[in-house]
Amino acid sequence: MPKTATRDAYGKALAELGEEIKDIVVLDADLSKSTKTSVFAKKFPERFFNMGIAEQNLMATAAGLATCGKIPFASTFAVFATGRAFDQVRNSICYPKLNVKIAATHAGITVGEDGATHQSIEDLALMRALPNMTVICPADEVETRKAVRAAVEIKGPVYLRLGRHPVETIFDESYEFVPGKGVILREGKDVALIATGVMVAEALRAAELLAKDGIEAMVVNIHTIKPIDEEIILKAAECGAIVTAEEHSIIGGLGSAVAEVLVEKKPVPMKRIGVRDVFGQSGKPEELMKEYGLTADDIAGAAKSLLKR
Amino acid sequence: MPLSKEKLEELTMTARKVRRHIIEMTAEAGSGHPGGSLSAADILVALYFHEMKVDPKNPHWPERDRFVLSKGHAAPVLYAVLAEKGFFPKEELKTLRKINSILQGHPDMKKTPGVDMTTGSLGQGLSAANGMALAGKLDGKDYRVYVLLGDGELEEGQVWEAAMAAAHYKLDNLTAFVDYNGLQIDGPIVEVMSPEVIQEKFRAFGWHVIDVNGHDFEDIVRAIEEAKETKGKPTVIVARTVKGKGVPFMENQVDWHGKAPSREQAEEALKGL
Ligand SMILES: Cc1ncc(C[n+]2csc(CCOP(=O)(O)OP(=O)(O)O)c2C)c(N)n1
Ligand SMILES: [Mg+2]
Repeated sequence: MPKTATRDAYGKALAELGEEIKDIVVLDADLSKSTKTSVFAKKFPERFFNMGIAEQNLMATAAGLATCGKIPFASTFAVFATGRAFDQVRNSICYPKLNVKIAATHAGITVGEDGATHQSIEDLALMRALPNMTVICPADEVETRKAVRAAVEIKGPVYLRLGRHPVETIFDESYEFVPGKGVILREGKDVALIATGVMVAEALRAAELLAKDGIEAMVVNIHTIKPIDEEIILKAAECGAIVTAEEHSIIGGLGSAVAEVLVEKKPVPMKRIGVRDVFGQSGKPEELMKEYGLTADDIAGAAKSLLKR
Repeated sequence: MPLSKEKLEELTMTARKVRRHIIEMTAEAGSGHPGGSLSAADILVALYFHEMKVDPKNPHWPERDRFVLSKGHAAPVLYAVLAEKGFFPKEELKTLRKINSILQGHPDMKKTPGVDMTTGSLGQGLSAANGMALAGKLDGKDYRVYVLLGDGELEEGQVWEAAMAAAHYKLDNLTAFVDYNGLQIDGPIVEVMSPEVIQEKFRAFGWHVIDVNGHDFEDIVRAIEEAKETKGKPTVIVARTVKGKGVPFMENQVDWHGKAPSREQAEEALKGL
């Protein structure tokens, strides 16, 4: 299967959309070669603003552009977009509900060798806590392209979580992306695996592993963490057991969002796969996924332990 | 006191070893930041091998001088200097950026002996250095605090919040260096987001400013002395440097900011060092 990093898909999609939609402007913070906004910058230099290494200024400038009808895409690494500039995102973008699209790359621990300072494992939690924010975490190249387009159609702030490391392409062109609507990728009745981002591919592999043991696992892709698709989660809960999987802390992200729905509407036994309240470290992406328990094996193991109860 | 001929030779030799380590480590790691490590090598060697009082056997010695690598991506130069100084075995350098290593991609004070502050998110190191300098004053200690900033890093607003605070609190026990290599990631600093005129900005913020050639030990050491004699205000040493210094094919090349040399490129680089 071909592998593409979602940041590459973003760079391409953004440059394409720029052709169609003249109000799109792009801001970056000295990382345009890494976030791939450089593709847009090359094509539309007058609509690209390199703000230098100044993420807080970048976010509030994007807010100002949005007040004048522009559609700013603000890009930098996820740690800096959501952490460094959190207050600007909160008070200058989300509170006034301005039409800023924060497309943050290098999310999660698959950042790899740069280590813990650059691995955002709490960005979903931070962005999800903000009123007016839509939070999208695409699983592959196709979904990213469709999500970038959808982000433009949404009126208001959107957080797009993108990765550095190449990932398998799961979807084909016919795939329909509807913000806020989860997708059942595999039917099953024994346990539901609910995943987002790079963990969707792992969940699909986990379902294969479970099938070998006669366990029929449903696989659900939740690309939109907020607003969360309650309906599909309640449907998944009919399996009687749920495992969530995200390349993020188990605190505040997909697992938390799913648990919030279940605990109020339909409690079922559940396990969360994610980074277990620790910071990451330097290493190869694949090694880190193993080290922090983010593999298909870990998902399958969690599912089995739930079914044993 | 001017540098003796012997000392100058020693520093020059040490800097050469440090540069060799930087090339070997990043090549072995397959990633990392050689450009900004090489540009800062002479500054760190002057600090650790001429000026700073530190004890490799006792990295947490309370009376030690402190160093904060605010431009944390230059971790390889810090690790190379600390290893040469004896804080940990040189063998460890091979583990840079590998899983479970004490040498993380960016400096980690909890993992690496001799690292005084965790950095990697640009713009925060001067604030931390201020904190150390304030504590020194509070405790009546005479240790000094050194911090190294990138010139691109100066674009972060927090640097200027910290610059204001250092002057406000008259932190004359603190000396900042700017690694003035003229480049950041997306290009020359003056094209991406100019922080110029750096010296005038610091002066306006109440600092004593000294210009030096960041590859000239006598110049660097003289400036450090001048900083120590300057009372009532912090000093910034704006060090003119060449990104990638010492490796001709890396010098002044923006592409060598965050890319490791291949094995062949490393061999070629080592030949000239
Ligand atoms: C807050 C923050 N934003 C962005 C980055 C990514 N980054 C790492 S190095 C760098 C460029 C630094 O340029 P400069 O300070 O001039 O360093 P040098 O040339 O000395 O390597 C950037 C943008 C970061 N580490 N931290
Ligand atoms: Mg620079």
